Amino acid sequence: MSDLQAISASGTPLLEVRDLSKSFGAVRALNDFSMQVHAGEVVAVAGDNGAGKTTMIKAVSGVFQPTAGEILLKGTPVRFGSPQEAREKGIETIYQDLALADNLTIGGNIFLGREPMTRMFGFLPVLDRKAMAEAARETMKRLDFHVNRLDAPVSNFSGGQRQAVAIGRAVYWDASILIMDEPTAALGVPEQRKVLALIHQLKAQGRGIIFISHNLQDIFAVSDRIMVLRRGILAGERKIAETSHDEIVKLMVGGA
Amino acid sequence: MTNTTAAPPEDTGIAPPADHADAAKTWISRIAEGRAWLFLVVLVLVFEIWSHVSFGATFVGSTYNWQSIAIFATAPLLLAVGETFVIISSGIDLSVGFTMGLAAVIAAHVTNLTGQSLPAPLAVLLGVVAAVIVAGIPGLVNGLLISRLRVPPFIGTLGMYGVARGAAYLLAGGTTVPVSNDFISTLGNGTIGGVPWLVIITIVFVLLMHYLLSQTRFGQHNYAIGANEQAARRAGINIRRHIVWLYVLSSMCAGLGGALYTARFTAGAAQAGEPLLLDCIAAVVIGGASLFGGSGSIMGTVAGALVIAVIQYGLVFVDVQPFWQFVAVGVVIIISVLIDQLQRRFSGARQDE
Repeated sequence: MSDLQAISASGTPLLEVRDLSKSFGAVRALNDFSMQVHAGEVVAVAGDNGAGKTTMIKAVSGVFQPTAGEILLKGTPVRFGSPQEAREKGIETIYQDLALADNLTIGGNIFLGREPMTRMFGFLPVLDRKAMAEAARETMKRLDFHVNRLDAPVSNFSGGQRQAVAIGRAVYWDASILIMDEPTAALGVPEQRKVLALIHQLKAQGRGIIFISHNLQDIFAVSDRIMVLRRGILAGERKIAETSHDEIVKLMVGGA
Repeated sequence: MTNTTAAPPEDTGIAPPADHADAAKTWISRIAEGRAWLFLVVLVLVFEIWSHVSFGATFVGSTYNWQSIAIFATAPLLLAVGETFVIISSGIDLSVGFTMGLAAVIAAHVTNLTGQSLPAPLAVLLGVVAAVIVAGIPGLVNGLLISRLRVPPFIGTLGMYGVARGAAYLLAGGTTVPVSNDFISTLGNGTIGGVPWLVIITIVFVLLMHYLLSQTRFGQHNYAIGANEQAARRAGINIRRHIVWLYVLSSMCAGLGGALYTARFTAGAAQAGEPLLLDCIAAVVIGGASLFGGSGSIMGTVAGALVIAVIQYGLVFVDVQPFWQFVAVGVVIIISVLIDQLQRRFSGARQDE
């Protein structure tokens, strides 16, 4: 985390988006959007359906190529050809539908696609399930989730625990920017609280978080700043400490 | 840390809700997981009692019975092993039966051809290798159709079922192709220490496939793709390449099955695997795989294939009309799926839905 500390001390944002635009044919889904995310900062992105939130995160996470504009990571311009490239640079996206393989263990999910191998009898390459379980235990402990059943498939766990696994994967691979798409949407109230606590913890670890949500209460509970999108345009940017629910709603629906 | 303002609140810890029904769950799911082996034990007991009561003979005590059952199980098992991989990935391969026939014909032709100038064992080896490689071709086409052109597996492999069928009959000239080679009959009918060669080859191959599915990245990715293809793609797994190899693997298993068929009957026939397609899918399903993908194992499939072989052989042994075999296998498939659904309802169900 010393890297992250150095970055935040220098004042350079972890992630900066400059004049990002994305068109689909004649439709401009996102228009000259700019934002910064600093280390240890939670930036909420809010907006009605179709406001351009998803387009924005897909452009930042490498799913779409932006039509115009640039993305700077720790001050250096970057271009992502694929989500894998974004992930290798430390931008991890946690999707609403979690993107977990339900039939695999926590370790299996954390290491999916980059499984550690060991040798049985000194020559036969096999999956290193012990290392995977160990890393899973460590990671979940770091997130303050204590899970005993590391050999159980994640389908056995509750929604909040599964959300924690998805976040744990990002943490294990040391993502510096986490993009979280509606992380509390499918959860019950106690589990929502647990996930919000997790976000606080990620923030304390000096990571930058982009938090997409419909739920203003959640946004006010964890965010430092909020960017409101309307019809692909930045409708307003506020510090959470200096705004109110009413003001944000007005920005979202417009006509104020 | 630059920002330590937000320490996580202590009171948000949630007891893992999945843990409270632990003991009961483990029992139900253990029974469900091992159901194919349970079926097997029950079936063997039933036939033992039946043959004692009706004929005063033993079913279990006869080595000959077990040899026959084992040989009987090899061909469907070889197909089923490949099919297990495919079904776990939530696909299906309908072409394996006639791919097996195609391979049997190729094995016969190549063994005859090379046998004219080469020593018999070498000719057989070449025949087997050629059969497995040629069998890979329909698999390659299946894999490309499914992964590149997004053809549904059911349709793509159904098409290849027809193509392989036609190709096999054309190559065989519409008849069976006898093989004249001393070594191949030893391979197909000989035993070592009472265990048929065919069974030994099958066991070694099945262990290899068990290793591939349970201990390698290929196997792990196969499970992940079956459970959540989107997740697997986002995790950076090359799904297209995986699917191509998957169907090639399935076809090559059928290829080995075809080559061993030729060894067993010293003749290659296009219809070698025709009745085995449904048996092999049944073996996979009885073995605990779900047709929706994501679950299943090679050892389960082994038990499934043995269940079918024991039913088929046992009913003949106790002198029941052979048509009852179909009924019995069908009933076992249905019971097996019912147990799977019960298990899902009582234990595997996710908490947040």
